[in-house]
Amino acid sequence: MNREFIKSSVNWGVNDKGYYGDFGGAYIPEMLYPNVEELRTKYLDIIYDPSFQESFHKLLKDYVGRPSPLFLAGRLSEKYGARIFLKREDLNHTGAHKINNTVGQILLAQRLGKKRIIAETGAGQHGVATATVCALMGLECVVYMGEIDIQRQAPNVARMKMMGATVVPATSGSKTLKDATNEAMRDWINNPVDTHYIIGSVVGPHPYPDMVARFQAIISEETKAQLKEQTGSENPNIVMACVGGGSNAIGMFYHFLDDEDVRLIAIEAAGLGVESGESAATTALGKEGVLHGSRSILMQTNDGQVVEPYSISAGLDYPGIGPQHAHLFKTGRGEYVSATDDEAMDAGRLLAELEGIIPAIESAHALAHLDKMKFKGNETVVICLSGRGDKDLDNYMKHFNL
Amino acid sequence: MNRLNELFKNKKSPILSIYFTAGYPDLNSTLDIAEALENGGADFIEIGFPYSDPVADGPVIQASSQVALKNGMTLPILFEQLKDLRKRVSIPVLLMGYVNPVLQYGVENFCNKAAEVGVDGIIVPDLPMYEYESLYKDCFLGNKLSNIFLVTPQTSEERIRKIDGLSNGFIYLLSSSSTTGKDLKVSNEADSYFQRIRDMNLQNPTMIGFGISDQKSFNKAAEYTRGAIVGSAFVKLLGTENALDRVGEFLKMIRG
Ligand SMILES: Cc1ncc(COP(=O)(O)O)c(C=O)c1O
Repeated sequence: MNREFIKSSVNWGVNDKGYYGDFGGAYIPEMLYPNVEELRTKYLDIIYDPSFQESFHKLLKDYVGRPSPLFLAGRLSEKYGARIFLKREDLNHTGAHKINNTVGQILLAQRLGKKRIIAETGAGQHGVATATVCALMGLECVVYMGEIDIQRQAPNVARMKMMGATVVPATSGSKTLKDATNEAMRDWINNPVDTHYIIGSVVGPHPYPDMVARFQAIISEETKAQLKEQTGSENPNIVMACVGGGSNAIGMFYHFLDDEDVRLIAIEAAGLGVESGESAATTALGKEGVLHGSRSILMQTNDGQVVEPYSISAGLDYPGIGPQHAHLFKTGRGEYVSATDDEAMDAGRLLAELEGIIPAIESAHALAHLDKMKFKGNETVVICLSGRGDKDLDNYMKHFNL
Repeated sequence: MNRLNELFKNKKSPILSIYFTAGYPDLNSTLDIAEALENGGADFIEIGFPYSDPVADGPVIQASSQVALKNGMTLPILFEQLKDLRKRVSIPVLLMGYVNPVLQYGVENFCNKAAEVGVDGIIVPDLPMYEYESLYKDCFLGNKLSNIFLVTPQTSEERIRKIDGLSNGFIYLLSSSSTTGKDLKVSNEADSYFQRIRDMNLQNPTMIGFGISDQKSFNKAAEYTRGAIVGSAFVKLLGTENALDRVGEFLKMIRG
């Protein structure tokens, strides 16, 4: 049994009440309580079970294609004067890290005896990753997606449909990711017995943030082993990742949390600029509050109404961050910064030109921060390349007149 | 004892409570609606303060919340409007809404202000029991505010007992696990759930809400509990012309 990869961080993990410092908890109406409580009482037993571990790792290897490579990006390293590695989550089946979580949760849903899967999606990456594992397991799949996002992300809608999922437009509120999440929660309220909700990031009521983090922890588990092999040391100086809800970032940080000499840098989407009124830089613009079942940091008015964020990247266009990130931010363990649309687009293009890799615009936000860093000597940096840019070609074409 | 406790102590016939969203359809209609409800024969009222992301609500209350927010409704404005509450309304009044606006207003401020304007109880569906007990309870009780918990057919008996122990007004039974505005399912299953709760002999009175929209569903609720709460059906009425003139008629339709 491999309990190592999902061991909880000593100092930064969730406590028995479901909190990370001041953040977390399960702020849910009673209608969701039985389902969330069932998960809370069973998730650790299920994922520690050797047969679960075996199935999970077998699928990650044979279906997802893990381990994902850790690639020393030579020309990028040369440009920035650091030793820069890319953790290639973009090479996973379906093109992003999202599948690590959906593989874990579908195995869990099966063990809970659930027959029907629901999910929310923004850009469609998590929706596709969910539709994929549902097809694989033969489970009914309903994906909620904002009406506006359905229009913006037509190829992903088609992919979900092709795999047999039903895509339901969220027509309430601002008709984007936050509203799709609301609709998924309402579906779960109305289907309290046979349905499992596969949340796509480290958000939601406890135990979701911890559960999703454990499934994404594979990213840093592999990174440690790969770094050891390639550099002789399993720790880099710095790890970096973009943050929407924060799942690829937590996966990238997970096994480095307790190694406090490793700097953790999280990059949020600044949209048109932090002060522009069109931004998704949650830690810069947000305050403590409750959204989608947990206490965290979120963008909101003085009256506690959630503000609609903006980013060119649909995957980062979320008004909150996971509670563990809020804790890492507040305590200073993590450094939270942001990159604008333009900075991210330029960084995406640069990677394509220097390394022959077209990143997702989400991941390009992490790359964009390289430009603002001052490296001491030949520091080792690992950047989580959370997804590939195929889905974003339209945007790249428009932006660069390609 | 607050007004709510008095009501449950003294009233013998079925109790009817009405929910509406403050700020809908107009920013300043709150007290007019409350007054019309009292005159029309409602036993108590629940005034909803709107939230941008009401996950427990169906389309009708979602839409009313959005309109209310567009109209500019906020908690400070609502409390300002409620300054004259007790000059115009004598029946018990509860405030209902989601936890985030309360957190931003400040929990203590919220309780103090609610008590000051004459509110008797609070319903915050996404405030967890653990947080209520450890952080909020003293503030509620110190201000004689009843905190109302929800119970669904899936809530375990052990948890219902715990809720009963923490409640000091009534317990809000959901007719089924659902968002607001669905029709009450009249089924054997629902009957046996209502019966099961009645057989528990809880120390707090119970009311049924979610899906009560007509005389039939009201009577069904009153058969097993002290009465029922009507929300979406009334909010729908508010969206029609000259709604305030028809409040009495609406309440008669429900009560029969
Ligand atoms: C490629 C990619 N990266 C990052 C994200 C952001 O999500 P998270 O912060 O949970 O990793 C998304 C979300 O859709 C994504 O598709």
